Amino acid sequence: MILLTGADPAGLNLNSARLQLKKRADLLAKIREYFTSAQVLEVTTPLLCRYASSDPQINSFCVENPESLSVGCGQDMAGSQPLYLQTSPESGMKQLLSMNSGSIFQLGKAFRRDQPGRLHAAEFSILEWYRIDFSLAQIIDDTLRLVGSVIANRPAEILSYREAFLRYVGVDPFNITGSALREVAHQKISVDFVDDSDDVWLDLLLTHLIEPHLGCEKFTVLHSYPPSQAAMAELVFDPYGTKVAARFELYIDGVELANGYQELTNPVIQQQRFEHDNLVRRERGLPCMDIDVDLLEALSKPEMPSCAGVALGVDRLMLFA
Amino acid sequence: MGNYSTNEFKNGLKIIIEGDPCNIVDNEVVKPGKGQAFNRVRLKNLKTGRAWEKTFKSGESVEAADVHDTDMEYLYNDGEFWYFMDPNTFEQLPASASAVEDARQWLKEQDKCIVTLWNGAPLTVTPPNFVELAVTETDPGLKGDTAQGGTKPATLVTGAVVRVPLFIEESDILKIDTRTGAYVSRA
Repeated sequence: MILLTGADPAGLNLNSARLQLKKRADLLAKIREYFTSAQVLEVTTPLLCRYASSDPQINSFCVENPESLSVGCGQDMAGSQPLYLQTSPESGMKQLLSMNSGSIFQLGKAFRRDQPGRLHAAEFSILEWYRIDFSLAQIIDDTLRLVGSVIANRPAEILSYREAFLRYVGVDPFNITGSALREVAHQKISVDFVDDSDDVWLDLLLTHLIEPHLGCEKFTVLHSYPPSQAAMAELVFDPYGTKVAARFELYIDGVELANGYQELTNPVIQQQRFEHDNLVRRERGLPCMDIDVDLLEALSKPEMPSCAGVALGVDRLMLFA
Repeated sequence: MGNYSTNEFKNGLKIIIEGDPCNIVDNEVVKPGKGQAFNRVRLKNLKTGRAWEKTFKSGESVEAADVHDTDMEYLYNDGEFWYFMDPNTFEQLPASASAVEDARQWLKEQDKCIVTLWNGAPLTVTPPNFVELAVTETDPGLKGDTAQGGTKPATLVTGAVVRVPLFIEESDILKIDTRTGAYVSRA
């Protein structure tokens, strides 16, 4: 109508902007509805944090912390130590879990100093939730039900990391030497770099040969990662007796949408992983990060429950809304 | 000329791969949920024209190629080299047969071309989009033929052969689209 009568294209733009905003608002409302009906409590944790992620692949924005800021800021942020914009609300939410919060979710923002790309922005919207006493299988099911209730549902495909490599690359990632892995990668992908880390080669094969196939006309869940890629997931044994990380990722149309763990709640192992992260950081010439002692303290509490949690990219989810 | 890190990659950036200057045609950052990021890059070899895909580990650094385009005037061919002049500095540069490649059949003295220089030497030559060249040889048109009729081959002063309408005669000046090699009109 507007076009036929030759009216302003600006009005048309306004209309489509409003439609887009409405779509996003609806999506957020549906997410809240899902968790509210499951009696998962909405929480808010600080964006500005004393400790940043130690993961060598995650770069945090550092915020100067002038002395004046400590006034009225409480003891936690006193002094001139730097502050960081959160890269995920994981630490804050686990601290709440250790205070008997019960199952919780949070919709908010996270920040990562990554090279921007088609699917990467420095600031992004994140949905993170934790379910008390959930196993990996249960949290996968939970994630599929959530996503299926907020965007058009699709049949689910549950694929282990091993199965995916066997199917799309033709190798078993848990039974291959580093040199054989590099040879396969060189055969299939044009690269010149050298790297001793098997994880780099696994990541190369995963992103180039596997991910494009995942989530085509379905929701694909990739699970049971190599222990070296456990991040904050518990280690368990798979049906073949191989030690794997109880971690999963959800893919739609080749896009990685969510990442979940059966959470590691052992403070000793968590501390070892932090220290290992810093070791890798030192090797790569990256700054070492102060260990998040608040998280370690939370994990040490007897109240810290066994739980599973997921982080989901809301802006990416909007692509499919 | 220094190096570029993968986080400086963008379309049109010129880098050296295996000794040859290449143009980045497309650059996509791919990253698994957790783990190593990569730059998946589509490259074009500026010497051979070959296009292919290559992946870099994010943070890798790659040698920069000193490649840039410059407007130059075509002067003459001495049988071995094609000579171009910078209209501002009057500097003259010889371009080899491999640099002028297909462009040679459209080169007319004093025409302005884009010469792509690598380390100051001509790498490729792009002729003007439209050139005006005289017909040196073509069969006489048949009486009664019109522009709608068939076409015939005509040899131009540069040696290029193009399809032209039947009414075109020897010594006519023709306007040619060098991107397609097609006859446009009589000049």
